[in-house]
Amino acid sequence: MTDWIKKTAAELADALAAGEVTSVELTQAHLDRIAAVDGDATAGIHAFLHVDAEGALAQAAASDERRAAGAPLHPLDGVPIAVKDVLTTQGLPTTCGSKILEGWVPPYDATVVRRIKAAGLPILGKTNMDEFAMGSSTEHSAYGPTRNPWDQTRIPGGSGGGSAAAVASYEAPLAIGTDTGGSIRQPGAVTGTVGMKPTYGAVSRYGLVALANSLDQAGPVTRTVLDAALLQELIGGHDPLDSTSVDQPLPSLVDAARQGATGDLTGVRIGVITELSGDGWQPGVMARFQESVDLLVKAGAEVVEVSCPTFVHALATYYLILPAECSSNLAKFDAMRYGLRVVPDAAKNGGLPSAEDVMKATRDAGFGDEVKRRIILGTYALSSGYYDAYYGQAQKVRTLISRDFAAAFEKVDVLVSPTAPTTAFELGEKLDDPLAMYLNDLATIPANLAGTPGISVPAGLADEDGLPVGFQVLAPALADDRCYRVGAALEALLAAEWGGPLLAQAPAVEEIR
Amino acid sequence: MTRQETAELIPFDDVVASYDPALGLEVHVELNTLTKMFCGCPTEFGAEPNSQVCPTCLGMPGSMPVVNGKAVESAIRIGLALNCEIAEWCRFARKNYFYPDMPKNFQTSQYDEPICFEGYMDVEVDGETFRVEIERAHMEEDTGKSLHVGGATGRIHGADYSLVDYNRAGIPLIEIVTKPITGAGAKAPEVARAYVAQLRDLIVALGVSDARMEQGSIRADVNLSLAPKGSGVLGTRTETKNVNSLRSVERAVRYEMSRHAAILGLGDKILQETRHWHEDTGVTTSGREKSDAEDYRYFPEPDLVPVAPSREWVEELRATLPENPTAKRARLQAEWGFSDLEMRDTVGAGALALVEQTIAAGASPQAARKWWLSELARRANDTGFEIDALGVTPEQVAAVQALVDSGRINDKLARQVFDGLLAGEGTPEEIVAARGLEIVSDEGALSTAVDNAIAANPDVADKIRDGKVAAAGALIGAVMKEMRGQADAGRVRELILEKLT
Repeated sequence: MTDWIKKTAAELADALAAGEVTSVELTQAHLDRIAAVDGDATAGIHAFLHVDAEGALAQAAASDERRAAGAPLHPLDGVPIAVKDVLTTQGLPTTCGSKILEGWVPPYDATVVRRIKAAGLPILGKTNMDEFAMGSSTEHSAYGPTRNPWDQTRIPGGSGGGSAAAVASYEAPLAIGTDTGGSIRQPGAVTGTVGMKPTYGAVSRYGLVALANSLDQAGPVTRTVLDAALLQELIGGHDPLDSTSVDQPLPSLVDAARQGATGDLTGVRIGVITELSGDGWQPGVMARFQESVDLLVKAGAEVVEVSCPTFVHALATYYLILPAECSSNLAKFDAMRYGLRVVPDAAKNGGLPSAEDVMKATRDAGFGDEVKRRIILGTYALSSGYYDAYYGQAQKVRTLISRDFAAAFEKVDVLVSPTAPTTAFELGEKLDDPLAMYLNDLATIPANLAGTPGISVPAGLADEDGLPVGFQVLAPALADDRCYRVGAALEALLAAEWGGPLLAQAPAVEEIR
Repeated sequence: MTRQETAELIPFDDVVASYDPALGLEVHVELNTLTKMFCGCPTEFGAEPNSQVCPTCLGMPGSMPVVNGKAVESAIRIGLALNCEIAEWCRFARKNYFYPDMPKNFQTSQYDEPICFEGYMDVEVDGETFRVEIERAHMEEDTGKSLHVGGATGRIHGADYSLVDYNRAGIPLIEIVTKPITGAGAKAPEVARAYVAQLRDLIVALGVSDARMEQGSIRADVNLSLAPKGSGVLGTRTETKNVNSLRSVERAVRYEMSRHAAILGLGDKILQETRHWHEDTGVTTSGREKSDAEDYRYFPEPDLVPVAPSREWVEELRATLPENPTAKRARLQAEWGFSDLEMRDTVGAGALALVEQTIAAGASPQAARKWWLSELARRANDTGFEIDALGVTPEQVAAVQALVDSGRINDKLARQVFDGLLAGEGTPEEIVAARGLEIVSDEGALSTAVDNAIAANPDVADKIRDGKVAAAGALIGAVMKEMRGQADAGRVRELILEKLT
């Protein structure tokens, strides 16, 4: 019997087209896997916050009917997918990992979700995340953490740990993530999967519950680079509902991934970012990174070192712009129209509680500590008298970071670095040290500030702990194809060395059912 | 009550003897675009509460705004009509504060990059022209509407609960802000009124808004401060909100001037605050304190791209502007043959457009002026409505005059037709029929009535026979009384003289 859940999305698409399997069978196989390994807040992977078995099977049946009727189909029609719980799904709860949205069922689909449904991919459910995507470990989910399939005492990265863990543990062949400072790429790195943050505006943000509007970008979470390219082509493209969406076509991503998979990078100029290495970078991570660079050289790439001096200010810049935007975005959670409503004890208020009393009580009970921390930071950064020194200054540094990228891309086609400074740390290890947690996104944040694309592909296991290391490829805006080409080349070269994908080396996930 | 609240108001003449007032007007114009500022929801006034809403204007998580191009066009046309510069590049900004009728708890507005800036409008008061300088006109979205239920005042304090209607949330607004208007002295209240009136006429002429103050589609906030006469400084201001008629604009300025003077007379300082205007009692009361501590934490809206109107587009829009109001008034005055005084009264009553439309509907200029300025202005004043909100249309006024011109009714009967129009009894024709107002042209009935009058007043009849024709008035009165006014007085006179001379 074929173990369908281990197949890539591209393989599943072929099998569906060849009539070897039905979408209902595939969907059921993944639902069975979820039931076996996902567990809940106390045990298991806990990648999902909501599983929609009924809805997914109905969508799968509809897909099989379309196929039987001979209708023209999207290549991924019938291949199941998981969606991060930060994207609105009509009729399916959307919590953003927060208590303040507990029980909210959106009346509309995000554009990404609408495109997934239109293409016929059954939606298995909504994946776990740090509350409102604030975090690098998924421990800030109000519904309990997700666990890393490689080692369930470790974090799966964040904020999109749910999507990465679902894909890494074969609960879903494809997932959607969102990346504001690394929330697609860093979970990809620490779970041995592929995560791509497209060019800002290449994928619509309509229906993506905003963390920081000028940084957020939805993108694919998969096990292979080709699958990521297939998925980005599906969800990407201009959306009139998102004014910031790019209104021009990207070069073919699937073609770029296929070209890269030949393992030939002759003439491709690659820059290694000087600033993203050194103290604080785990030796095992740097070792795998260096070996990967050597492989790319063997494949014909020209590799040079490139300095991006302002990148050292990226983290500080990010932690001013992000809290500023999110302090405003999260103001709408006031208990007036949807979500949690906490009515304070009337007696304390000398009669009826006012709207303001309800707002305060709801926000106090509904938001977690990290969210409150960032609301306070952002409110401060935008205050009159401080605006110029903080938010205004941060915007200027942001421009300088973009200039560093532009200058670097004059010399090279892509920039590379390790995706994260360390492998997956232990659950609880950095929970009480926000700054240590923030440092995890050091290498991923510059691309969000500049609006440029970046992909993380598995680069092997660190010697110290045997845990996955991620290799990041950054490209100029709208040149997402370069991320796919170089990423696919590295993937092919490493697979040849290992005799298969990195995930094949992962320990089997314990079935807890 | 504080001593400021109980301080006796200073008479207006005394205020202007000691102080120079400075005015500032912020006028919000609700545009009449078919859809809202940032989403596709309809904007129709008076729909069922919360029936014209969507994820975006309800501020649902994940929703995003998209700018309404028509609203940008209207903003530019307003700016051009106010002689403003049009920004080559500008952005929206978030104005952050919490209020239940504001779905996102920030208002998408413009901050330091308004689309229109540095303009002016020349305002005429009693034949004198004041140049009102426009600081800016910017685009923003309206909030929802709160309804406070229970309690005596309909205000939030004392209410049992509140309802919110989000139909209005996201309706496009243009906020037009003047620079401080100084030097108006005793005419400050009239300048304020004339500015708003003329701005309203301009908005009507541009066709960008329903421009109905009573429905809130034009709302004025009045800033006022006093400074010692001749000092050349600006005093501390108050901002009076909710001033929703032309008459109230004038009254609110007058009231605040007297109130400020009273407080300054005590040797106290004016508290910078928002005040509420009460149409019924004609006073303002303290709202929230508007201190410097209020911080809206403005920052550029990251969900929208900058608005960058091309110069070609701006010039195209300039070509669509209606005639300049000053030039238009001069042209109309010449066409209609109005005296300066007649024209000034017409403009001052806010009836220029109404008179123009009545003439267009067929009435003579003098007849149109007469009905609007004497009859209908008086009724507007009695009922507290704006003259254009009475419910009588220019077409109806023209129809009434047509009935007079045809001799079917006279001016006195016409007033009864207006009663019927205000009571909603139908068209002028229907009211004349239903109320039986038509002048009796039946010669037999009229002749009988004249005979009766002569018989009842033999002394008067003798005087007329003796050549005292002026005495006919008494008989005409008797005939008209018998005919319940529905007779042509001229014809009655003819008949009396025929019979007696």
